[in-house]
Amino acid sequence: MSDYIHDRQALGISVGQVELQSVTFDSLTLESGRVLEPVTIAYEMYGELDADRTNAILILHALSGDSHAAGYYTGETKPGWWETMIGPGKGFDTDRYCVICSNVIGGCKGSSGPSSINPATGKEYGVGFPFITVGDMVRAQKMLVDHLGIPKLLAVAGGSMGGMQAMEWAVEYPEMVASVVSIASAPRHSPMQIAFNEVGREAIMGDPNWNGGDYYQGDAPDAGLAVARMIGHITYLSDEAMQEKFGRRMREHKPTDQGGQESFEVESYLRYQGEVFTRRFDANTYLYITKALDYYDLSAGRGVLVEVFRELPPDMRFLIIAFSSDWLYPPYQSKEIVHALKGNGLDCTYLEMSSSHGHDAFLLENKDLTRVVWHFLETTGRRREAHHA
Amino acid sequence: MPSGVARNAQGVRWDHLFIVDVVPEGARVLDLGCGKGILLRMLIDAKRVRGTGIELAEDKVYEAVAKGVTVYHGDFDEGLSYYPDNSFDYVILSQTLQEARETVAVLHEALRVGRYVVASFPNFGHWKSRLQLLLLGRAPVTRSLPYQWYNTPNIHSLTIKDFRKFTREQGISIVRQFYVGKNRPLHFWPNLFANYGVFLLEKLPAPAAGTRPAPEPTVDE
Repeated sequence: MSDYIHDRQALGISVGQVELQSVTFDSLTLESGRVLEPVTIAYEMYGELDADRTNAILILHALSGDSHAAGYYTGETKPGWWETMIGPGKGFDTDRYCVICSNVIGGCKGSSGPSSINPATGKEYGVGFPFITVGDMVRAQKMLVDHLGIPKLLAVAGGSMGGMQAMEWAVEYPEMVASVVSIASAPRHSPMQIAFNEVGREAIMGDPNWNGGDYYQGDAPDAGLAVARMIGHITYLSDEAMQEKFGRRMREHKPTDQGGQESFEVESYLRYQGEVFTRRFDANTYLYITKALDYYDLSAGRGVLVEVFRELPPDMRFLIIAFSSDWLYPPYQSKEIVHALKGNGLDCTYLEMSSSHGHDAFLLENKDLTRVVWHFLETTGRRREAHHA
Repeated sequence: MPSGVARNAQGVRWDHLFIVDVVPEGARVLDLGCGKGILLRMLIDAKRVRGTGIELAEDKVYEAVAKGVTVYHGDFDEGLSYYPDNSFDYVILSQTLQEARETVAVLHEALRVGRYVVASFPNFGHWKSRLQLLLLGRAPVTRSLPYQWYNTPNIHSLTIKDFRKFTREQGISIVRQFYVGKNRPLHFWPNLFANYGVFLLEKLPAPAAGTRPAPEPTVDE
């Protein structure tokens, strides 16, 4: 089992105070053909871009993530979602690289999404927001990267849905990607993954407050969104992780507990996670992004996976990581990508890390993960220099 | 007792030196059971090979990545079906053949995905092994076979003579051979004196119908 360090000191030095930035473009044509205009992309940057602009890394977030990947907003004590991996001397070393993370379109943390104002109506889009794909998220990121004047990214990297975006980047914009880091991800969702998402969506749409997606003036479908999040959390853990974390321990009775009964710790944990989530996340975004995940298929319209990678440049490098106890995105899904890459003679390192933490393992402090990513990026940088020398 | 392959004055294993000598500049190399990536690193530095390894032990995979070596964390015993034929110029089985469960399948897979295969293994026919078995009546524990019967990773015990016979039976030709003794390379009576044998192999062309491949001359011992 890998060694996880949870205390804050072990998170190491932070990038410190960070701020949300955003840029608005006139329009973005989506895969569906619909045009989103205007389109805003929220992003954050950590570390310095070097003079020749070759040290930029784009971080891609997962379903419930956002552009706040590292550091602290002014006055806040909770760091960004990948604080364990991004910072000085960390896996994505901000002493060496300029790390960029943007909120996906369809999101609810500053980028255009269902909760944004539709200029045509002056009201929130709601379900009037166009259907979004993982490919669309990447198109939007491409506009951002062009806007920042970065000709080629040293790496595109992410876990879960972030890994899907990373692979999409490699296939859509191969000339702009030197390397790919995909963690706990898949070339497409399995029926099981779709099934869990569907239960979450049903919970949201079954909440009377959802009101056909038009709820921004009144009460939001928090009960439904909380259930969706609870289901999500179950799938992010593992049997072993839940045994370790909760056992069958009971939580002290509080008058507010349901039915006046004592509850298991796991119950109160899930209820708490569900409740907290409703404070920071938009239910319609949850619907849009889970749909994007379910429809995503790296090989759709491109032939079998091994054909998809046929035209990739031979010097593109890949680091694909799966976790042994991840039953939501099991290692076989990552291996399918790896085998198709290897079948094309591409430079791909694959790691199946032993961990009891399930899908969540990529978000936890793990010094092996840190070390592997650090060295992978260092080798990528060195090869690139040698290539240009 | 010192264990492992004898090293030269610079501390480099003689079998590795042979392999680095054999593999040409810029070759595509697959190392099955690459461990911490020491050999691949040498090949990348000395011969600028395009190298990749497969390693089962997670901690060794981390070491290999730290050396800038590309690795697949997994079991090569499960096959290499995702590689098309002749994906590599050289496939290396450095001290790993005797640990594979499916020895025959692994060797043929290696020869399918690679033009040449380099295979090395500890020689069970070394005179010390023979004497220990004969005089002491005990399973041999020697420099090249440093394990006890209960903890050895070597699930196949073979001699150099066994391997030559095996390659003939399997339609595999030995292109070059190299032996390492107690302290240095060895040239005579390898089956009796070599701790390790290293073989450069290639597939024999399929024989024409009705003909049989010429038997290789039996050498020494």
